Amino acid sequence: MELTTVWFVLIAVLWIGYFTLEGFDFGVGMLLPILGTTEKERRVLINTIGPVWDGNEVWLLVAGGATFAAFPEWYATLFSGFYLPLLLILLALIVRGLAFEYRAKRDDDKWRANWDLAIIFGSYVPAILWGVAFANILRGVPIDADMEYAGGFFNLLNPYALLGGTMTTLLFLAHGAMFVSLKTDGPIRREARMLAARIGLVAAAVTVVFLGWTQISTGSVGSAVAFALAAVALLGGLAAVGNGREGWGFLGTFVAIALGVAGLFLALFPDVMPTTLSSGLGLTTTNAAATHYTLRIMTVVAVIFTPLVLVYQGWTYWVFRKRIAVHHIPDLPTPVGNR
Amino acid sequence: MDPLDIARWQFAITTVYHFLFVPITIGLSGIVASYETAWVRTRNPRWLRLTKFFGKLLLINVAIGIVTGIVQEFQFGMNWSDYSRFVGDVFGAPLAIEGLLAFFLESTFLGLWIFGWDRLPAKVHAACIWAVHLGTLFSAYFILAANSWMQHPVGFAFNPETGRAEMNDFGAVMFNKVQLVTFPHVVLSAYLTGAAFVVGVAFWQMTRRGASDEDRGMYRKAVRTGAVVVLVSGLGVAFTGDIQGKIMTEVQPMKMAAAEGLYDTESPAGFSIFTLGSLDGSHEKFAIKIPRLLSFLGTGSPSGEVVGINQLREQYQQTYGSDPGAAYYSAGDYTPTIPLTYWTFRLMIGLGLVAAAAAGWILWATRRQRTPTGRGVLWTAMALPFLPLLANSFGWIFTEMGRQPWAVFGLMTTAQAVSPGVSALEMGLSLVALTLLYAVLAVIEVRLMLTYIRKGAEPAVDLLPLGPPDGDDDDVDRPLAFAY
Ligand code: HDD
Ligand code: HEM
Ligand code: HEM
Repeated sequence: MELTTVWFVLIAVLWIGYFTLEGFDFGVGMLLPILGTTEKERRVLINTIGPVWDGNEVWLLVAGGATFAAFPEWYATLFSGFYLPLLLILLALIVRGLAFEYRAKRDDDKWRANWDLAIIFGSYVPAILWGVAFANILRGVPIDADMEYAGGFFNLLNPYALLGGTMTTLLFLAHGAMFVSLKTDGPIRREARMLAARIGLVAAAVTVVFLGWTQISTGSVGSAVAFALAAVALLGGLAAVGNGREGWGFLGTFVAIALGVAGLFLALFPDVMPTTLSSGLGLTTTNAAATHYTLRIMTVVAVIFTPLVLVYQGWTYWVFRKRIAVHHIPDLPTPVGNR
Repeated sequence: MDPLDIARWQFAITTVYHFLFVPITIGLSGIVASYETAWVRTRNPRWLRLTKFFGKLLLINVAIGIVTGIVQEFQFGMNWSDYSRFVGDVFGAPLAIEGLLAFFLESTFLGLWIFGWDRLPAKVHAACIWAVHLGTLFSAYFILAANSWMQHPVGFAFNPETGRAEMNDFGAVMFNKVQLVTFPHVVLSAYLTGAAFVVGVAFWQMTRRGASDEDRGMYRKAVRTGAVVVLVSGLGVAFTGDIQGKIMTEVQPMKMAAAEGLYDTESPAGFSIFTLGSLDGSHEKFAIKIPRLLSFLGTGSPSGEVVGINQLREQYQQTYGSDPGAAYYSAGDYTPTIPLTYWTFRLMIGLGLVAAAAAGWILWATRRQRTPTGRGVLWTAMALPFLPLLANSFGWIFTEMGRQPWAVFGLMTTAQAVSPGVSALEMGLSLVALTLLYAVLAVIEVRLMLTYIRKGAEPAVDLLPLGPPDGDDDDVDRPLAFAY
């Protein structure tokens, strides 16, 4: 396989890691006002993702960095082109990240309510906008002969892209509810289970429409297979959670998101950012790529260190495998591990 | 303002802001890890209390360090797309490796450390904070390698066909001679910064009225060990800075000339501590000069020749041509803003020296169990944490502004680096939004910091027995040791 293809696959893997992992912590953040009716319930929710959300977010940072290194033109066109959505995502991620850390640092209802808003806003905005951004990449945007984005902000808000944003939001909501049902106990667990099944159904419907649309307009054989399997996984997960099998339910949304993203990348290949202008120069895995030398170095590094990361991130999930319930939450926020 | 100006302001503001938190994270994570190791070894509760107290402050700081870092990661693509296209082949690699090696390590083990008090055996728990510290060092190494390449590009060839710089020697990029001194300089200044923070906080707690003898003893330990770290790393910073000066004179002579405002070649050249009057070379009114010091800093020999700005400008024009991008910055092409480079260089060195002197004084004043009560020493200790923070900012502003008009020295000017497709409106929006948000966050973080500094360390009796519960792991009803 060409190294440029290898790196296309690796970038896809990084985004899969990002969406499957941060997907559920976005979901938990979005569900905060729905599942967390009391203060302690909200703290249960936040603490299910407390130890892991930052590690999940690093998948995004590495996807960004790896795109910079392996496909510099893609990095440049994408981030300067989708400027305002990206700015919104950055603002959202800033307030969201701080909210987790600072919310419990003062015993004051107003303070907590404001940080709750930050978590909710900070989870919805990226959940929607990542979907919008990816749909636009697939659909193609005006890119001129210098590989610069030549459309405005509103160009990005077309029906297909908005459907994409709706899909990611619903999928992350379902994924988050699955996670909560898996990681909590008591009433919140039951409620999350119900919610996972209900939102999951709506998500499944939207997902089928969006993936179908994608398949018809840019799909390949590979993407069709991935999309079909993703749908099966999603429905399987929903059936499982309906039967009270939360682990299988979470695995279902996890695999569905992973395969869905994989399918999108398969549909995109070998383009990375197609243009809609006839005079434009679309970006492909070859014309956007770094040199063979750089890709070789990066491959060696990735082959050595990615498994290591998977091992210690996996270990973290193992260490914090226990379910959390309201009675586990200390009365006063405990700022640094004492009561 | 045109997009270029806006992009520059945004880069300067967001990066300097990010770097207020970075050195505290690097330094303090090492210090907290040392406290926890002392606790695991000696089981003296004093060390556990210090671990938790400074650990709490560390977390308040890290939170902002992390979220502002995210902006940095994407800013290259957003505001500097031509730069990214041009250098991605070289510059992207260290950035990506930083994420894979450093950020995963930091964030994962930080989560384990924060929430793991009752989940991990004490030794493993202490190892987690060491892993975080190691992550910060990796992070510094790779990002500084990227930056050093901008100061002194090596290990690449320009490909006229693609119009890009293409890497051909990864080792040369990672072990760039500029990088080999920049890394120790920055890391030592981070230790200096972290330790100065500890000294300031602990000194205040130690001398506050009503502190128990036990508390005083504990904070005294923190003050004195911290002050020693300030002194030692201060020496290291001066030593590495001196080597940097020589390398800089070799690879970017204009920066050294600009650091002194030296318009015409001199041998030997003196170093002025202070200048009144204009720095445009026409009429210097008053200056205190140390003879031969600049020669020594730049060349290692007290009588060495230091080339002046005027001579260098001619030389640069011959080498690089009369570049219109360069003229954007100043009337005389290829010349950075002299007053800025002049003063930031002095302030970096000066504030660092003052910090070291302050630490020395505090060590002296606390000798043999003394608890100083004088106002002077108290104010000095309170000022101490701010000195290295400022010195760091000035150091960066000097390094980066002294490189102007180049973004990548000798290859690409900053004017060529900016995104061509992004409008002034979009950039302006992002500059305003980020600056306002950062200002609000600064207020919130300083308030929280002060609240938790004032609270002081928890009493030893309130601290949980550490490690996982003995035997039965299904101690289901016990509250979490830590919860947000
Ligand atoms: C010398 C050290 C140094 C320098 C020059 C920079 N940083 Fe930084 N950065 C760190 C040292 C650091 C750190 C100490 O590793 C941080 C601070 C707080 C933290 O947790 O890690 C960090 C955090 C941090 C994060 C968040 C990581 C996470 O989520 O855990 C990102 C994405 C960046 N940085 C990116 C950058 C970029 C793109 C820079 C260049 C413009 C930059 N940093 C300058
Ligand atoms: C964290 C410490 C750093 C600080 C405080 C800092 C600060 C600055 C400042 C003040 C400028 C000049 C702004 C101007 O001339 O308008 C600048 C320019 C620049 N720096 Fe740094 N910098 C830091 C680290 C880095 C690193 C690590 C990189 C690359 C990896 C980098 C890349 C750049 C670029 C691309 C520019 C050109 C854009 C510009 O001129 O604003 N900087 N930086
Ligand atoms: C005797 C004392 C010092 C000397 C001689 C010195 C020298 C230097 C030199 C020559 C540079 C520019 C390197 C380049 O652009 O190539 C530099 C940069 C810098 N200095 Fe210092 N310095 C001293 C003290 C300090 C102190 C006390 C701090 C902070 C606490 C500090 C922080 C920095 C930083 C953050 C940079 C920018 C990054 C870099 O290029 O290394 N320096 N210093």
